[in-house]
Amino acid sequence: MTRNRSVSEKVTTSDEIRTYYKRFIARKLLFMALLIILIGLIAGVATTLGSYQISVTEVYTIIWHGLFHEPETTKELVVWNLRLPSIVMGILAGIGLAIAGTTMQSVVRNPLASPYTLGIASAAGFGAALAIILGRGFAAGQYLIIANAFIFAVLSAFIIYGLSRYRGATPETMILAGIALMYLFSAMTGILQYFGEQTAVAEVVFWMFGSLGRATWDKLLFVFIILAICIPLLMLKSWDLNTLSAGDESAKSLGVNVDQTRVLCFILASIMTAGVICFTGTIGFIGLVAPHMCRLVIGGDNRYLIPASGFLGAVILLAADTVARRILAPTILPVGLLTSFLGVPLFLYLILRRKREYW
Amino acid sequence: MVTLIVKDVAFGYASAPVLAGVSLEVGTKEIVAVLGPNGAGKSTLLKCIDRILHPQHGSILLDGEEISQMSRLELAKKIGYIPQSLAHAFSITVFDAVLMGRRPHISWRTSEEDTEKVLDTLKMLHIEDLAMRDINELSGGQMQQVFIARALVQEPDVLLLDEPTSNLDIRHQLEVMHTIKSIVRKHEISAIMAIHDLNLAARYADKIVLMNGGGILSVGNPATVITPENIRLVFKVDADVYEKEGKLHVVPLRAIVRATQG
Repeated sequence: MTRNRSVSEKVTTSDEIRTYYKRFIARKLLFMALLIILIGLIAGVATTLGSYQISVTEVYTIIWHGLFHEPETTKELVVWNLRLPSIVMGILAGIGLAIAGTTMQSVVRNPLASPYTLGIASAAGFGAALAIILGRGFAAGQYLIIANAFIFAVLSAFIIYGLSRYRGATPETMILAGIALMYLFSAMTGILQYFGEQTAVAEVVFWMFGSLGRATWDKLLFVFIILAICIPLLMLKSWDLNTLSAGDESAKSLGVNVDQTRVLCFILASIMTAGVICFTGTIGFIGLVAPHMCRLVIGGDNRYLIPASGFLGAVILLAADTVARRILAPTILPVGLLTSFLGVPLFLYLILRRKREYW
Repeated sequence: MVTLIVKDVAFGYASAPVLAGVSLEVGTKEIVAVLGPNGAGKSTLLKCIDRILHPQHGSILLDGEEISQMSRLELAKKIGYIPQSLAHAFSITVFDAVLMGRRPHISWRTSEEDTEKVLDTLKMLHIEDLAMRDINELSGGQMQQVFIARALVQEPDVLLLDEPTSNLDIRHQLEVMHTIKSIVRKHEISAIMAIHDLNLAARYADKIVLMNGGGILSVGNPATVITPENIRLVFKVDADVYEKEGKLHVVPLRAIVRATQG
């Protein structure tokens, strides 16, 4: 062994390891608890912001009261119908995108992956463009754009699934298929935009920026249901995802069905991403940065990393949205633009201080 | 009593066959070293035994049971495999990395018993002080120990090791081989390793399998298989083989220059 048995070094005993390990887990749980508190605080402050003055304590009272009674006063209506939907969407979208990102990173075994690595954003964008410019799609009325974006995003995931069934579900196959699809959908969106009417094209561009402002309680229920189904399933697979980190051969020898695990988790992550971005448009960097930052604090065990990065994603997205709404007030900046701006320096920093090569 | 029987196994990729007609028997408490030049099919044979690769022909029986009929999980309870390249894409503590070896026995929640098994194994390999370290910060030798520990908490009957000494300095080579030998004897399991070092193989293995061009050329105890003739035939190297203090020593003299190059 290359361990330095220097004079000062004490031999670690099993008891010490037990204590360290318990403390290590306690630290992870504490980190998550802090994030949850932070979500509550930011949500409270964010709800006070706007042209109608409401104090923080009033906000919490109104939210508490509203859980059991229908909103009646103007303040209650403002909080419940105008402000809370976009804030709750921020929390759900942050959780969904961050967990999808964490999952994708394990699935393709690369910490630079995000929910959009395999082209899902382009597919959703094409679906939305098809609805906005041509008015064609899978649903009618106000849900046309949403349904189109969702269905095309999920469709692209299943195309990659189909290809990886044929060629084996290796990270390489999936990434190459994803890149091909991304270019295909971008090109098709380009064609629609080239021939589309100016106002419609502008609407497509606006849709793609990513914003929480279009949220309503109906839509939130849909996002919530998707997350409530996908996240527990991913948690069940979280230990198997850990084994992928050691390489496919090691994972197989540990009894893990590698192809099935990879495909299932990828599909779940894609459905979550689609469920979020069909309502919000593309919000970048949450799914990339949140898992990264969590790994620095609590390590790479997916059993804890998945929930923790979900909570951190919610914190980041809520904070970013609050800033985006205030920075050029009364103009509201789409949060997707801001997360990209916030994400780039953060990401460069992470790359500069990384301990080892990722590619 | 565990026996592994490899019967007439063949494996190949679309372009080229890798293994052909490989048969082998491995008993309990036996250490088998698989020798042969690069491309002889050593790693492929190990991967076929752990069903990471699926042989196109032949059968592999563990305790009389056909491994192709077992589930991945059943197989993981019986065979531990340590690959040649050891790496983790994401940071994880050594403790958690070793704990993964309990995967075949539990699905999600680890119990006190699993924790104890990990602690015992870390103790046995004398790597307790690494427990809370990040696996990606370890040296090659330490990493090797961690992967061995993981395979051991799997509690397998057969341990497969793909070049366990390739990245190690001479001291660690001896330590790792010694560890494997004492584990095999103590836990009454068997080990099959692909290895390049003829001296290490001769010193620690009970049985040598000499492979060449996808087939087995010779099987037997070190003294009968590691001979100057076999080394010349398989490795194209002139070598002296002599016995000293009851151990076989191989001294390579020169590579045989091919006639076309000469």
